[in-house]
Amino acid sequence: MAKLDLNRVGMPKQSADQRRLNFDEVALGYSAEEALQEASRCIDCKARNCVVGCPVAIEIPDFIRSLKNNDLPEAARILKRTNALPGVCGRVCPQESQCEAVCTLAKKGAPVAIGRLERYIADWELGQSAKTAPGELRAPTGKRVAVIGAGPAGLTAAAELARLGHEVTVFESLHVAGGVLMYGIPEFRLPKSIVQSEVDYVKSLGVNIELNAVIGKTLTIDELLAGGFQAVFLGTGAGLPLFLNIEGENAPGVYSANEFLSRVNLMKAWRFPEYDTPLKVGTEVVVIGGGNVAMDAARSAVRLGAHVTVVYRRSREEMPARIEEVENAEEEGIDFLYLTNPVSFQINEHKWVNGMTCQKMELGEPDASGRRRPVPVAGSEFNLPVDMAIIALGTRPNPLIARATPDLEFAGKGNVIADEQTGLTRKQAVWAGGDIVTGAATVISAMGAGKAAAADIDRYLAGLE
Amino acid sequence: MYPIIAVDELVPRVRLYRIHAPRVAQKAAAGQFVILRVDEKGERIPLTIADWDAAEGSVSVVFMEVGTTTTKLARLGVGDSIADFVGPLGNPTEVENFGTVCLMAGGFATATIMPIARAMKAAGNYIITIVGARNKDLLFWQDRLAEVSDELIISTDDGSAGRKGVVTEPIKEKLERGDKIDRVIAIGPSIMMKFSALTTQPYGVKTIVSMNPIMIDGTGMCGCCRVSVAGQTRFACVDGPEFDAHAIDWDSFMSRQRTYIDEEKRSLELCRCPEGPG
Repeated sequence: MAKLDLNRVGMPKQSADQRRLNFDEVALGYSAEEALQEASRCIDCKARNCVVGCPVAIEIPDFIRSLKNNDLPEAARILKRTNALPGVCGRVCPQESQCEAVCTLAKKGAPVAIGRLERYIADWELGQSAKTAPGELRAPTGKRVAVIGAGPAGLTAAAELARLGHEVTVFESLHVAGGVLMYGIPEFRLPKSIVQSEVDYVKSLGVNIELNAVIGKTLTIDELLAGGFQAVFLGTGAGLPLFLNIEGENAPGVYSANEFLSRVNLMKAWRFPEYDTPLKVGTEVVVIGGGNVAMDAARSAVRLGAHVTVVYRRSREEMPARIEEVENAEEEGIDFLYLTNPVSFQINEHKWVNGMTCQKMELGEPDASGRRRPVPVAGSEFNLPVDMAIIALGTRPNPLIARATPDLEFAGKGNVIADEQTGLTRKQAVWAGGDIVTGAATVISAMGAGKAAAADIDRYLAGLE
Repeated sequence: MYPIIAVDELVPRVRLYRIHAPRVAQKAAAGQFVILRVDEKGERIPLTIADWDAAEGSVSVVFMEVGTTTTKLARLGVGDSIADFVGPLGNPTEVENFGTVCLMAGGFATATIMPIARAMKAAGNYIITIVGARNKDLLFWQDRLAEVSDELIISTDDGSAGRKGVVTEPIKEKLERGDKIDRVIAIGPSIMMKFSALTTQPYGVKTIVSMNPIMIDGTGMCGCCRVSVAGQTRFACVDGPEFDAHAIDWDSFMSRQRTYIDEEKRSLELCRCPEGPG
C-alpha cells in the first residue's frame, strides 16, 4: 500500500493585491494535474463518512474514483445524480465542517479537498459543448408540483421532482432565477455565469421557471393548489434583514447587507453607470456582523475602493463566517474590530452618516447559542469615522407568505413549521425547506431540505390517484 | 416580456402606459404598486398602479420623465415591451365607509388617486378631491375625477386654473371652518405629503399617505425602503406603502430619498447621450 500523502494540493488564488482591485473569482480552480494529484489522495475507505457528512449525500468516493480513472463524464454523472448544482456547491459549501470534517484523512489533519474536486468536475463539464445527459429520468407521472422560490432549496427540489417524472413549475419573485446565489453571494466567490449554467441544467430536466411571480401577492398558495398543482414546495428563504434599532440607523449611507449586496450582485451596480442601478460607496466603510454575509459585503466594499472595518461583538473564535473567507478578507486588507458593538450613528449637515459610536464588549457566560455572551464594558464608548455602514446581522422570512396563507403554521420568528425529516408543513399538500424553515443557514442545508421534501412529495403523489 | 398596449401623454413628460400583465391585472387593488425594469441593464423601480383591467389583462402606470429609467421608458411606444413587471405589491388602500373622505393629489399623483377615489365612492363615502399643480398645463383627468367626486377643488401655484395657492389651503379652510372630514388620503411629492400631514395634524383627522421610497425587490428583502413610523422601522414594500402621515419621520424619509441624487444625474447624462451607453 502506498504511503498516505498528507499534503493537500493548494488551490491557486489571485494574489490579494490583485484581487482587491477586481470582481473576478478569487480561487482559480485546479488544473487537470492538480485535480488528479488531489484525487489520488482519496484512499477509497470503507467508512464513506464523507457521504454521510454531506447534506445531499453526494457519492463522493465514487466520483473521485472516476476522476482518478480520468473518466470525467462519469464523474459528472455521479455528481449530478445527487446534486443539480455542483459548481455552486464546490464553491460555497462549508466543506470543512461537513464532508471534509469527517474524511478519514481529517484525523491526520489533511482531509481530501472534496469541494475543490467537485468544483473541478463541475467546471470541466461546463466547458464541454455536449452536456452530461441528465441520467435516468422517470416516465412522466402527469402530476404537477409548484415550487416557490428559485434559490438553492427550490432548484434542488425542482430538479429532483422533475427527475422523478413530475411536471414542475418554479415561481420566482425576482427577474432572474438563483435566489441568494444571484443577489447575495458576490461574483468573486461565485460567478453568476456558473449559477445560470446550473439553472439551465435544471431547466433541461423539464423544469419550467416563471419569473416575476411573487407568491403571496401575484398568486397565493391556495390558488396554486386550486389551479391544478397537486403539491407545493415552499423554499422562499429568509430575506427580511434585521437591524440594530439604534439612533441614526435610517440615515442615508446606512445599508442592510441585502441592499448593498443586491445592488452589487443582482443589479451589477459595480458596473454603474453602464448598468443603471447606482450605489454609494464610502471611503470609510464599517460592516457590522461576523457571518459569511458580512465577509461578502466587506470584501465587495474593498473592491469598490473603500477602507473597510468589520465590527463584531464577540471575538474571532466565535465568528460564524467560514475561516477561509475570514482569511481572504484579512489578506485583502480588511480591519477587524472584535468585541465591539455599535450604539448609535451620527449624521453630518447633509443628513448623511458620518460616524458611529461603539462600545467595547467582554465575553460572559454562554448563552442559548452555546457561545459566550458579549457584555458591554461600562465607559468604553468610542467613535469611529464612517461614511457608510453595512448592517449584516442576519435575516428572517419576509411576511408575504404568512399573511397570504393564514392556515400555514409559523414559529415565533416567522419560520414555517415543518417536519425535520420530510419538510411537510401543517397545511395539506404543502412542504417547506431551507431558510424559511431553519432561519438563515447554508446553501447546502437548504439543498438537503429540498431534496428530502422532493422524496416525500413523490411518495405523497404516488398515493394520489 | 410585458408589451405596452397603449400610451397616453397626459401632460408634457408625464405618460400613462397600459401594459399587458394579466396576472398583475387579476389581483390589482387601489393603492398597490408594481416594480418594473425596462431592460437588461435597467434599475428596478416602483410605480403606483393607476388603473387595471382584469378582462383585458392590463395594468396602467403613470410616470414622469425625470431619471434614467423613466427616460428610457418614455422612449418606448405601443408594441414595445419592458423586461420585467412584478406585482401587485404592497397592501391595498383600506377602503370602507368612513363618511367624508378628502383625497389630495399633487402633480401626476392625480392618476394614482383615481382608483382610490372610485373605491371610496363605491363604499359610500362623500368624496372631496383636491388636486394641486404648478399651472393649468399640468392638470389632467379633471373630468374623470369630477365623476367620482362630490366636490372637486383645483389649485395651481400661479392661479392659471382653479384657486391660486397650494393644495393644503382648501383643506385647511374646511378644517378651520369645522367641516366634518373623517379621513384624508394625500399622495404626491414627499414635501406635499409632509405639509398635508402638518395641516391635518392639529385637527386630529386621520391622514394616510402613500410612500414612494427607493426600492429594489419590493418584497421585504433589501430593506432600503425603510420608513420610520412612530419610532419603529417599517418597510414600505410589505408594511405599506400607505402609512399614518402623522407618525412618519418626514425629515429622515426625505433625506433617504436624496441618497442617489448625484448618481442619478450621472446616469441620466449617459442615458441621454445620443449614441447610447458605451
